[in-house]
Amino acid sequence: MTTSNTNLRRHPGLNLGPSHGKAHEEAESVVFGFWVFLMSDLVTFAMFFAIYATSIQATAGGPGNADIVDVTSIALQTGSLLISSLLFGVATVAMKYHSSKRVVILWLLASLAFGLCFLGLEIRDFIDAAEKGAVPMRSSYLSSYWALVGLHGLHVSVGSLMILVVCVQIAFFGFASDVKTRVLRLGLYWHFLDIIWIGIFSVVFLPGLLS
Amino acid sequence: MNNKDERAHDLRMYFTGFIAAVILTALSFLTAILQPFGSVGIFASLAVLAAVQIAVHFRFFLHIDVSRQKREELQLILFTGLIILIMVAGTVWVLGNLMTRMM
Repeated sequence: MTTSNTNLRRHPGLNLGPSHGKAHEEAESVVFGFWVFLMSDLVTFAMFFAIYATSIQATAGGPGNADIVDVTSIALQTGSLLISSLLFGVATVAMKYHSSKRVVILWLLASLAFGLCFLGLEIRDFIDAAEKGAVPMRSSYLSSYWALVGLHGLHVSVGSLMILVVCVQIAFFGFASDVKTRVLRLGLYWHFLDIIWIGIFSVVFLPGLLS
Repeated sequence: MNNKDERAHDLRMYFTGFIAAVILTALSFLTAILQPFGSVGIFASLAVLAAVQIAVHFRFFLHIDVSRQKREELQLILFTGLIILIMVAGTVWVLGNLMTRMM
């Protein structure tokens, strides 16, 4: 029974396992609470997608979907987010198996670096779009485009800030049990943003190449 | 399973998910760039690829599956899915209708 218990999953995401004692016990309720937040956030994103879908033709003669898509930049952004997610996963695995603080912080900072690459490319695309006159005030379509893609970008910015915050917390407090569960929750958030991004490139950017 | 095996197993989970995600993303982008089928076929394949990739992310990054003991989070996902289905379908229906009347 003990061997199967070690593999028993208590909550979404990577489970720390019994060797983490208090943090493993606490994780069940706090991670589930965070999961409820993520699912409600998913509903918010879904509504932004719905509004985007209904206003796709409401360009009012301004720039449309096809005019603002830079496929190379989107591919690079997708790659950065995926690599960032993978590196965050590696960081949580390192934490689970009691690697040193330095190792975990380095993986987290590597993950943050790719998150910032994503943000940099996205901001560059937004600036390019604005220079082409595709500002949010131009049309109903562009308002919904900026709102949807911008909301995701805002989430990534907050996530990047939080990665920095947990790195500082690990450095100062070490692996206290609430710091560990915080890293787990941030991991869920970071992987969740990838899922939203799949929706964004499939619904917003790739169809733009067709027209 | 000893500690080292478990660690390898956990890492393999993330790397499997990553490789599958990269392949599916590449297929999506290639479909949109090369446009091998008509527009209905392209939209259908983009939708299928996105759905599969979302499932991959849930399985390998968020570690959600159907077989283990804890079911609440899966039920929450399914319930959220229902809410989204109702709200998104309603929005697209009503506002889409309004949009066609405005055109």
